[in-house]
Parts: sequence; C-alpha cells; structure tokens
Amino acid sequence: MEKQYIDLYKQQQESIKKHSSAVLNSSRDASFALFENLGFPTTALENYKYSDLKEALSIDYGLNINRIPIPVNPYEVFTCDVPGIHSYLYFVVNDAFYPVKDARNKDLPEGVIIGSLNEVAKTHPELIQEYYGKLSTTKNDGLIAFNGAFAQDGFFMYVPKNVVLEKPIQLINIMRSDVDFMANSHNLIILEEGAKAQLLVCDHTMDDVRFLSNRVTEVFVAKNATYEHYKLENSHSKTTNLSTLLIDQQTSSNVLANVITLHNGVTRNMIEIDLNGEHCETLLCGMVIADKKQQVDNFTSIIHSKPNCNSKELFKYVLDDVAKGGFTGRLMVAKDAQKTAAQQSNRNILLSKTAKMRTKPQLEIYADDVKCSHGATIGQLDETAKFYMQSRGISESEARLLLMFAFTNDVIEHIQIDALKDRIKLLVEKRLRGELSKCEGCVICQ
Amino acid sequence: MLEIKNLHANINGKEILKGLDLVVRPGEVHAIMGPNGAGKSTLASVLSGNQAYEVTKGEITFYEKDLLEMSPENRSREGIFLSFQYPVEIPGVSMVNFMRTAINEHRKYKNMEALSATDFLRTMREKKELVEMDNKLANRSVNEGFSGGEKKRNEIFQMAMLDPRLSILDETDSGLDIDALRIVANGVNKLKRADNASIVITHYQRLLDYIVPDFVHVLYNGRIVKTGGKELALELEEKGYDWIKKEVDGE
Repeated sequence: MEKQYIDLYKQQQESIKKHSSAVLNSSRDASFALFENLGFPTTALENYKYSDLKEALSIDYGLNINRIPIPVNPYEVFTCDVPGIHSYLYFVVNDAFYPVKDARNKDLPEGVIIGSLNEVAKTHPELIQEYYGKLSTTKNDGLIAFNGAFAQDGFFMYVPKNVVLEKPIQLINIMRSDVDFMANSHNLIILEEGAKAQLLVCDHTMDDVRFLSNRVTEVFVAKNATYEHYKLENSHSKTTNLSTLLIDQQTSSNVLANVITLHNGVTRNMIEIDLNGEHCETLLCGMVIADKKQQVDNFTSIIHSKPNCNSKELFKYVLDDVAKGGFTGRLMVAKDAQKTAAQQSNRNILLSKTAKMRTKPQLEIYADDVKCSHGATIGQLDETAKFYMQSRGISESEARLLLMFAFTNDVIEHIQIDALKDRIKLLVEKRLRGELSKCEGCVICQ
Repeated sequence: MLEIKNLHANINGKEILKGLDLVVRPGEVHAIMGPNGAGKSTLASVLSGNQAYEVTKGEITFYEKDLLEMSPENRSREGIFLSFQYPVEIPGVSMVNFMRTAINEHRKYKNMEALSATDFLRTMREKKELVEMDNKLANRSVNEGFSGGEKKRNEIFQMAMLDPRLSILDETDSGLDIDALRIVANGVNKLKRADNASIVITHYQRLLDYIVPDFVHVLYNGRIVKTGGKELALELEEKGYDWIKKEVDGE
C-alpha cells in the first residue's frame, strides 16, 4: 500500500516542491523519510487499535500535485449555512484554499491574517517558519508524516495580540472530484497573547466517489488567549476522514474543542492538546451518531505539562446497526504538573446487538498532588425512563428519540455559539429521526 | 368505566395477583389498602401496561375496550393515568418538552391539532398553581434532582395536564410530609369530577383523611378480600391487618 505513494513521492517530488512554498518544503523530505520508515498505521499499533484503515488505504486515489484548479462554485455546495450565525466565511476545496472574496469578510480586525497557508508562506515566510510543523513533525505517526510529505496548502489564520474576533470563522471543507481522490491539507492557526477566536470547521463531500482526507491542523494558543474549535462532520459513506488536531496552550489560555460526527464513512479524529503553561483551562468534548457501517474513532490525548491546569473531557456515542465506535482518552500528567485537575467521561449507547464500541481510558500520572477522574460506560436506553414516558402517552419511538437526544444534549450545550447550537440541535434531531440531516448540497450523502 | 375480572398476574414466574375483581364507575374514588406484598403495586403496574408483569388469566376492560391489548401509550391516551410510587428521573429531557410531547400525542390520538406554544404555556401555568409547583421545576429536566415531595407534586401536575378519566395513585403519600400531603391531596380533589374516577393505593389511612373514598378494598394475597365504606379504613388503622388475615386464612 505504501509503495505506490513512496514511488510517487520519489518521482514527483520536484513537482510537489515546485507547487509549494519554501517554508512548507523545508521539512518535506524529513517527513517523507519518516513515512517511508513508519508506513501507514495498522491496527497492530496501540494508537490505531480502533481504526481499521486497510480497506480505505487500498483504494487508488488521485492526488492533485500539480495544483490544477478544480472547477467548483463552493457557494453551490454551501446551501447549509447556519441560519443567523454571522460569521466570516472561508472555503478549502480538497486541499486548496479557495480564493473567494466574500463581502462578509470585509470587516476583519486589523492585523488579522486569514488565507491560503501556501500563499502566506510566501508573503510572511518568517511567520510560518516559526510555527509550521512545530507540533506535527515531532510526532512519530505515519499519517502525520504522510501529510508532511504531501501537504501543499491549507487554511491559515493569524490573530494578533489582544485582538478579539467578535464573529466566528467558518471554514467549509469541500471534497470535489470526478475520480477517487485524496487530499492532504495542512491548517495552521496562531493566536497571539490575549487574542480570542472561534473556528467552526465543517466537512462536506460533493461527488459520489471515494474520498480520503488526511488533514493536520496545528493550533498555537498563546498566553491569556481563548480559542474555540468546532468540527462538524457531515460527509458521505464513501469518505475516509483522517484528521489530526494538535493544540499547544500557553499560560492562562483557554481552549474548547468540540468534535461532532453526524454522518460519515470511516473517521479518525486524533486530538492532542498540550497544556504548556500554568492555569490553562481545557474542555474537549465530542459526540458521534453512527449507524449502518459507519466507523468513528476519536483518539484523544491531553497532556498536562505544567501545574495548576484544569481539563475536562466528555465524549458520547450513539451507535446503531453494525456501526463501530472507538474512544481513547489518554491523559498525561507530567511529574511537575502538581495541582492538576482532570476529568474524563465517555458514555455510549448501543441501539443494536451488532453495534460495537471500544473505549479505553489511558491515564499516565507522574505527579502526586492531582485530582484525576475517569469513567466509561456502555449501555442501552433506560427502559424505566422509556416506560415512564409511554405511560404519559408518548409513543415508544418518540420516547427513544427524546432519550437519545437527552443523552447527547450536554455535549451540544457546550457549544458557545447560539446559532450553531440551535442548528446542531436540529441536525441531531433529524439525524436521530432518520431523516436527511445533511445539507441539500450533499445530495449523495445516503 | 373499568372492569377487572378474575385477574391473575406474574412477575418473574411468581404469581402475585390471584383472581382479582374490581369495578370502577365514573365519579367514584376507590381506595385499595393492604399489607406489604399483597399485590397493590402489581395492580397499578398491570393497569398501566408495565411489560415486566405477565397477565396469565382474566380480563380488564376500560369503557368496553380490552385494556390488555393496548400499548402503555394508548392506555394513557384513552385516559388512564398512573401516578408512580417512584417517579423516574430523566436527565436532559426538560419538563416543558416532555409535557408538550405528551399532550400533543394525546391530541393527535383524538384527531386534534397540536396545541400552540402560547396555549400550552398558559395551560402549564394554570396547572402548576394547582399543586403549588415552583416555576423553576418546570424548566428543569424531568424529576432530576427533585425532592421526594416535588416528585409527587410533579406527578399530580402531569395528571392535571393530561386530564385522565381514571387516575391511579400508587402510594402517592409515601415519603410526603404533612404539608406536601395536603397540597397533593388538594390537587387531586380539585381535579375530581362526576365523569372521572380514582383508584388510591395506600398503605396508611392518613391520605384518606384528605381524599375521601367511596369504597375501601382490602387486597390480601392477590385478591380483594374485603370491601367497605370509608369507615373500613379507620378500622384497619386501628386494628391492623391481622384480623383480616386470620379471617381469610381461616376460611
């Protein structure tokens, strides 16, 4: 499997580098060497036990190394706007930032830079140089290394010191291709001291072909900065979505990450948050609704490197049919990270006898004055609650729906953008009812 | 309205009800008393359609319809209401959402249009006053974190909202202090009409000071062994159940 990509890189590396900036190329060969050494991850690896990617990686995907423009009007796909959200709006098509001038982006505060990673690497090379690959290249991970070798563009955002973005940034990733296609995008997000931003990432697919997205997002949250990251996946069943989110938190920074999978094919979210300064607050949560043959693995890692930080983690899954879920909650508390408070909870409901959930808390605590808790449950809907509702005249199906909705509700309540919260409530309800929860643009989402 | 004939019911293979007969007419209040383990709560569960209980013999009709053939939700829509001995907590489902769903399912069953948000909230406000329910409770999840008294008040509030033809109060007095008991009983009395009826299941006579029954039945060993007026409850309070047990067991 790896061989075709190793050959491809060896043959095409000039083209890859030619269509990319010097900064992005600077670590490319090293990433490739690492990938050549590691290969694609298999379930034999502890970190990939719950992600079987063999079938997805065996497809012969096309790559757009020569950066041929893809004919697409993202607004046609984007009929799923969150009503009343008032956001700045950007698109990435496959793995290329889509240069669209949207009227609603005009009032960005001064100093904020949002655009194509590859373009900004040319106009502000020193800025990208300082951050690009700083979190990703140290990881011993085949998918991240692969991304480092092949990534040529992605979304870039820079928020200067003490600048507060009043409106959320919406980033729509659209997969668009006439043939089976692979995209390796690399996003870079930098918040300087005291900055504040909210990013909403939506994943969509347009065409009825096999897609593989291998995306790496690096986020740097400086001292006193506040960052919220929402990822909403609503892609079709032929999609393999491999997403790595790496966040570095400095002193007294505040991060909320909420990862919601409503519809997909095979998904692996790797999320690692490093609390690299004292008095950081971190809330990591997520939710999965999966049925048929969907597969979702959330591999999470929270690293308390410094003392006096609080982290909270909450993931909930509702699985039906033969869907498979995986959750890993890795918590590392370094020797000096005293007074750490960390909570972790993973709760799951299986609606069928054939759905599978595998969950693993993995706590490594080297400090001795900490408060850490974890819990994982797998169960069915509460029968006594269901009967109580039926005895009030609520039909069994409606009672089940109310219970499932209630089960996922606390994850939704952690969304800080009201319009988004309302939208997700609606989508979740539709999804649980088995109605089309997808946007009209994603006509082939079944 | 309700006719129970020769009812036998099991739970986990153990026979609890062993040939129970009862007739309830509109406007009547029936008290069912009896020692622990007599089958009082089993009767309430069977009437509400709890699947854990298996009816092995006998029949129940409600306005000439076969109750045992009906799903729990349809029994409710037909007008049967069970006030639970242990009301269930449902975290994440708000009282408002719960009640609106229930009311609208009842209305749908009767081919009526869904209640508008304004009408619904007005009804909710009116009925809340009936049981002196705190405004805050209505905005919380169903029974979550409610005290014992609040849960029972919430049962009567739901009863007021759903306006049943037959209400079954299963040990509604258990765990209530005297003030809560009065509020709950007041609520029940205000809902009493000539065209509805109640079955009050209780261990103690106390509740019957407030909700005055037309008939008092003694349930023992799975059957109704004695029926009398409200004075029977006082007699039981005074003498206990032993004399009845002797009477029956000595048969």
